[in-house]
Amino acid sequence: MNATLPQSETREIPPPPQRLLTYFEEGGRTIGSWLLSTDHKRIGILYLYSILFFFTVAAIAAALMRMELVTPPGDMVSSETYNKLFTIHGTTMVWFFLIPSIPSVLGNFVVPLMIGARDLAFPRLNLLSWYLFNFGGLLAIYAIAFGGVDTGWTFYEPYSSAFSNTHVLTMVAGIFVAGFSSILTGLNFIVTIHKMRAPGLTWFKLPLFLWSLYTTSIILVMATPVLAMTLVLVAAERIWGLGIFDPKLGGDPVLFQHLFWFYSHPAVYIMILPGMGVVSELVTCFARKPIFGYHFVAFASVAIGLIGFFVWGHHMFVSSQSVYATLVFSMASYLVAVPSAIKVFNWTMTLYRGRIYLDTPMLYALGFIGLFTIGGLTGLFLAAAGFDVHVTDTYFVVAHFHYIMVGGMVTGFLGGLHYWWPKITGRLYPENLGRLAALVIFIGFNVTFFPQYVVGYLGMPRRYHSYAPEFQVFNVMSSAGASVLGVGYVLPLIYLIWSLKHGKKAPPNPWKATGLEWQTPSPPPKHNFAQTPIVTREPYQYSPEIQEELIHG
Amino acid sequence: MANSATAVAEQFDDMPQQLEAATLGMWTFLATEILFFGALFLAYIVYRHTYPQAFADASRHTKIIHGTINTALLLTSSFTMSLGIHASQRGRNRALLGFLLVTMFLGCCFLAVKGLEYKSDIHEHLVPGRHFPHEMPVQSQIFWFLYWIMTGVHSVHLIAGIGLLAVIAWMAARERFSAHYHNPVIVSGLYWHFVDVIWVWLYALIYLINRH
Amino acid sequence: MTLPIFPEEASKIAEQTDNLYWGLLCASAAVCLLVFTLMGYFLLKYRNGKNVDRKPVHLPEMKIEVTWTLASLLIFMCFYAWGAKNYFLIERPPPGAMEIDVVGKQWMWKIQHPEGNREIDQLHVPLGRLVKLTMTSQDVIHSFFLPEFRIKQDVVPGRYTTEWFQADKIGSFHIFCSEYCGTSHSRMVGNIVVMSPADYQTWLTQGQPGNTLAQSGERLFRELGCSGCHVGKSVVRAPPLEGLFGKPVPLNNQEVVTADEAYLRDSILFPAKQIVGGYTNDMPSFSGKISEEELLQVIAYLKSLGSQTPVREQ
Repeated sequence: MNATLPQSETREIPPPPQRLLTYFEEGGRTIGSWLLSTDHKRIGILYLYSILFFFTVAAIAAALMRMELVTPPGDMVSSETYNKLFTIHGTTMVWFFLIPSIPSVLGNFVVPLMIGARDLAFPRLNLLSWYLFNFGGLLAIYAIAFGGVDTGWTFYEPYSSAFSNTHVLTMVAGIFVAGFSSILTGLNFIVTIHKMRAPGLTWFKLPLFLWSLYTTSIILVMATPVLAMTLVLVAAERIWGLGIFDPKLGGDPVLFQHLFWFYSHPAVYIMILPGMGVVSELVTCFARKPIFGYHFVAFASVAIGLIGFFVWGHHMFVSSQSVYATLVFSMASYLVAVPSAIKVFNWTMTLYRGRIYLDTPMLYALGFIGLFTIGGLTGLFLAAAGFDVHVTDTYFVVAHFHYIMVGGMVTGFLGGLHYWWPKITGRLYPENLGRLAALVIFIGFNVTFFPQYVVGYLGMPRRYHSYAPEFQVFNVMSSAGASVLGVGYVLPLIYLIWSLKHGKKAPPNPWKATGLEWQTPSPPPKHNFAQTPIVTREPYQYSPEIQEELIHG
Repeated sequence: MANSATAVAEQFDDMPQQLEAATLGMWTFLATEILFFGALFLAYIVYRHTYPQAFADASRHTKIIHGTINTALLLTSSFTMSLGIHASQRGRNRALLGFLLVTMFLGCCFLAVKGLEYKSDIHEHLVPGRHFPHEMPVQSQIFWFLYWIMTGVHSVHLIAGIGLLAVIAWMAARERFSAHYHNPVIVSGLYWHFVDVIWVWLYALIYLINRH
Repeated sequence: MTLPIFPEEASKIAEQTDNLYWGLLCASAAVCLLVFTLMGYFLLKYRNGKNVDRKPVHLPEMKIEVTWTLASLLIFMCFYAWGAKNYFLIERPPPGAMEIDVVGKQWMWKIQHPEGNREIDQLHVPLGRLVKLTMTSQDVIHSFFLPEFRIKQDVVPGRYTTEWFQADKIGSFHIFCSEYCGTSHSRMVGNIVVMSPADYQTWLTQGQPGNTLAQSGERLFRELGCSGCHVGKSVVRAPPLEGLFGKPVPLNNQEVVTADEAYLRDSILFPAKQIVGGYTNDMPSFSGKISEEELLQVIAYLKSLGSQTPVREQ
């Protein structure tokens, strides 16, 4: 792109600028203009900064935990501290990193571009979302910095209201506020995708990333309010010593679990569906092929979202809920796995007769498919009620959800970030370092979390500060892997920042991808499109027979 | 919302798109509110099923006069809100302003009556905790816990609604609405009606159990 | 079958859980093999630069989708059924089990044998006997996990939960608390010691417990004043308790409930919750006046009063 400025204003009829200003230039260049921007692209970047901060906090907590767990006795930190570490890790990762990651960063940036709109439906609401998120995050950081929280991210009663002596209220308030940020983002996406699609862009021409985000948004707006109310109840109990979950009054501590998991199970689909959406984009682009089974993949997203509301009791098989409830939830848990399996098969078949380019985003997409498959299969283990009795609340579950959340979601996030990096920043990241980091992350991840399946089955419970000596070898392996994984995460941080100044300038469509977001300059101008585009083609009109030259850094 | 009566916000292509988006946005928001209150209603249902006698006993101590007056106030306010919407559809900003002010006033009256009721409840120690009357069944504290939270959260929503209507009233005072552009009034009306409907449910569940 | 990466199998249930694990592992390995091999093959064959036929072929998309959807569903349903079957076995104790009480509290396990023996963080049981644990918590939710038996059950304040097993191996195995319960959650551990029946008898008598659980319960029944209303003629009409345990109880609202442990506990702590038909709400609450262990002792006593399953003498 040529970097020339518009002609001076002394001419009577200024010629048109040789290129449109990018969104970095138009809309103000001061920090203030960024902090008050309603431009979805700027807000996406603001979110990126925020979640990076929270990821760092949560990762440090994890590092300390894994260091402690190298030896069986709890000798590095006190039990109180350890309990605070895993609580900080869980709450921060779930609410302040994973849930916003793809929707609020990549979604905010890409959704209007993908549907041919100038912005989201409610840009000011979008900015409010970011401020709510950070305000909630501030409360969480306060709780962390001034003594921590030790309830676990699940806040089980009656421990969290009547027994814990930590900053439960502040943390709960932080999550409550951040929850509204989620709800407003979801609302914005729903209305945008319904009402602002470019002419010709029917539902079944939408890129699958949008189907995933749409379903995610439905879950966000439906499930988060229940969490909000549940946290209000916990707070009320804690502040006023009332007793809605207090057994001494006849209250039911298990009711809390029902209310909590009613949100928190759909929440995990909030966390994984966007990653799946990204993978659909990456696999089609880097195999140069239309997705196999578009309709099935689209409906699978919706099915996961819908069925996902009916499985929460699988977190409660040993909680004293009735046997019949367990059977129903076990069945539903198997049913929800079917659409996920369909997606994996469809992605695999997309590779058939494709032309495969192993660029960094594709490596992440392939990593996602592999790790999600393993994590998802172990979900089937957990869905078997008789099996779950043994492994629930052990490291087996910890391994399962990390395979999905980290092996799946974080991998998907990194894949999407690399894929859209040229569009967002106008720069190309260094491809060889990208591939190296992807490999290091993949290896580090597996060494960290695979042993946890084994030690979980052996009986090591989760949230254990000290543990029986026979579990040590697996913990050592896991901690060793974690250090490799840590290096793997630092690499992209370094080279992506490096690329902002020194990376090659990106053309509008370095990956020769289909999709409206690639029809604008890199980076796009503030209003995305000079004119609303008109869509006539099906999505993913790639031709594997043509050898394209993909541009990378 | 538009800067003037006819300008379309820059992210939209045309006015109909903007209006549809705003309306869908409000309906979606109301759906989230249903889930928000739904959690409370669920807790209520669970505990009422477990302790029917304690709940019936507790309900008898609620102030039915206050509750009924409040129900009448809110239902009337929904009516005046509808009249306001009707006026806005005809571009009659002054009439709209009048109806909005009446609606807000009725909402404030609700809060005043609620405040008096709360004061009376506190005086009778109908608050879960150490000072709860011993002669009442201990599980009725669960009823009262839910009473305070449900009516409290509802009142917060009502206050927000009054604030929202104040903004609309300000716009009406500046003659912003017309037959062509009055969507914000409709959308705010949706919210107001929703708050009213929630109250009707609360009225039945709190005040009307086992009244002979 | 055990491997160094499996815990020991100390019961039949453990064996059954391991079998299910093997089944799941094999099915998963097969799926992974299929998917990863296919992916790997496609990646290698169709890599950019390779000169292969990439002409799109018409695949029967619908048939393929339906096939793998139904295949997945079928396999999943098999494991659902297998898991459900195992779950029923785990949750439904066979009749005739010896009953041991467990009270969890931050951060220890208090065990009471029917013969009166008490233990902390240790559970001695005889080989080959059915054992049913009746458990509750004094404070927060805990969970009683026996990895070598492949069972666990949450221990919840305000209610009784049960867990059963039949040890078929002598030895000392782990007890872990597996529901986070505060500071020393990871130290709320102990040992379950399986002994030969003869050794167990010896252990019982050496423990010199004094009173059996039921005898302690009887003492409390008198000391707390229960006998004042429930035994013989008294001013206040109270339902008789002989033979009550396990029987149906008609309430004053036409409902009929069973007099199980939970009913007895609720009657003592929350008497107003369920009034027996034909009686009035006169019983005072003993909430705060009786500990969880004492409640279990009183319940053991009530169970021994001419009930269908009297407390077994060992």
